[in-house]
Order: sequence, then structure tokens, then C-alpha cells
Amino acid sequence: MTESSNPAIEVRVPTILRPYTKNEKVVTATGSTLAEVIASLDASYAGLGERLLEKGELRRFINIYINDEDVRFMGSLGATVKAGDSVTILPAVAGGRM
Amino acid sequence: MTLKVLRAHVDAIVQQSRDEYPDEACGVILAPLAADQGQRLKLMVNAAHSPTFYEFDSKDLLALYREIDDNEEEIHVIYHSHTETEAYPSRTDISYASEPGAHYVLVSTREVIAPAIEFRSYRIVDGIVTEEPVEIL
Repeated sequence: MTESSNPAIEVRVPTILRPYTKNEKVVTATGSTLAEVIASLDASYAGLGERLLEKGELRRFINIYINDEDVRFMGSLGATVKAGDSVTILPAVAGGRM
Repeated sequence: MTLKVLRAHVDAIVQQSRDEYPDEACGVILAPLAADQGQRLKLMVNAAHSPTFYEFDSKDLLALYREIDDNEEEIHVIYHSHTETEAYPSRTDISYASEPGAHYVLVSTREVIAPAIEFRSYRIVDGIVTEEPVEIL
């Protein structure tokens, strides 16, 4: 079997974003970069992409991990994703006066 | 809804807030799924190390969510300290609040200026803040 250019990626969705995924905690997306995975998520779950991106960049207070690694240390939206990888989305726990 | 919280947890949170002053202190109280009372206090590192901002370290955050998944727990309380202002959520606290099921607890360490300790709890859902009573057990 040849390697698919659109591998299925498991994506774990936090509570706050589950209204977009019909309350599913784990959904499937495709793509070989994080940007493609997010585009695929947004195609399946309209509006989800906007909760993750702002002006084409990852939102500052959304953390996304590929397996155990924060994507900010792997090239952010350009991070490579391959079949069998698990993507986890977690909103930052943060606050303050600014 | 009333927040029920153990005296030992309140004392430990106040102590942590003093220890980490002038930085904001933060952490969580975890509860078994669907329980109405927190069981396990977990102090978190404020990765921002700031008197005006707090943020859980990104790796710690992932580890925390994995841990509660494995233990069939949920985040019952998310707390942080305000160093000089009242124990009320700031605009930023409200905009980043993303656990609608959690109690958001604010502790103020401004007792260095005014003597009473403030330990107050809120629900923050869709940007709406609702204060709730705190019952210390």
C-alpha cells in the first residue's frame, strides 16, 4: 500500500470547542501539515478554524500539540503531521490585567 | 451554585499566593467526574512569572489534561492570585476563561495593604461572570 498524501489524523477537541463538533471529543482530520489539518477541520466543522486562527496565525492563547510537542516548537502551522499522529487542542489557562 | 472547598485547600492556596508574591500564583483543584467537591489540589507554575499575568506552562497543561483523562477527573477549580487588586476577574481573565464547567477562584494578596484575605469564586461562561458563594468545609 502506498502512503496516502492525506493521512487520517486524530484530533482531540477541548470542551469549549465541542459545540462545533457535535460534542465529539475526538474527531478525525486529514492533512500533512498543521495548516492542512486545521483547514480540514474547518471544512468538516464550520467555524472551528476561526477559533484556532487569527489573521492566518495560530491564536496566542490556543495551544496545539502534535503528540507530546507544542507546535510552536515545530514550526507552528507548517509543522508536519503524519498518519497515526495525534493532535491535541487546549486553550491556554491564562489571565491577567493588560 | 456554591463552591464547596476544603479548608486545607484554601490555606494552601493562600500560602502559595503569599510565597509567590509579587508574582501571580495559580493552580487547580481536581475532582472525580461528576463529583460536586474537589479532592486534589495541584499547584501549577506561573510560566509568565509576572505580577500582572498568569499562564500555565504549555507542557504542564498537556500533562495536566492527560492526567485527568487517565484518572477520570475533571478540573473543578481554576485559581489564581491577584497581587494588588481585588479578587474579581479582570477583562483578560474573562476573555481567556475556557472551562465553562469550572469554578474560577480569585485570591487577592493585597492584604499587605488591607488585612482581609479575599477568596472568591465565579462562573465564567461566554464572557458572563457570576459570583457564587464559597462554603469552606
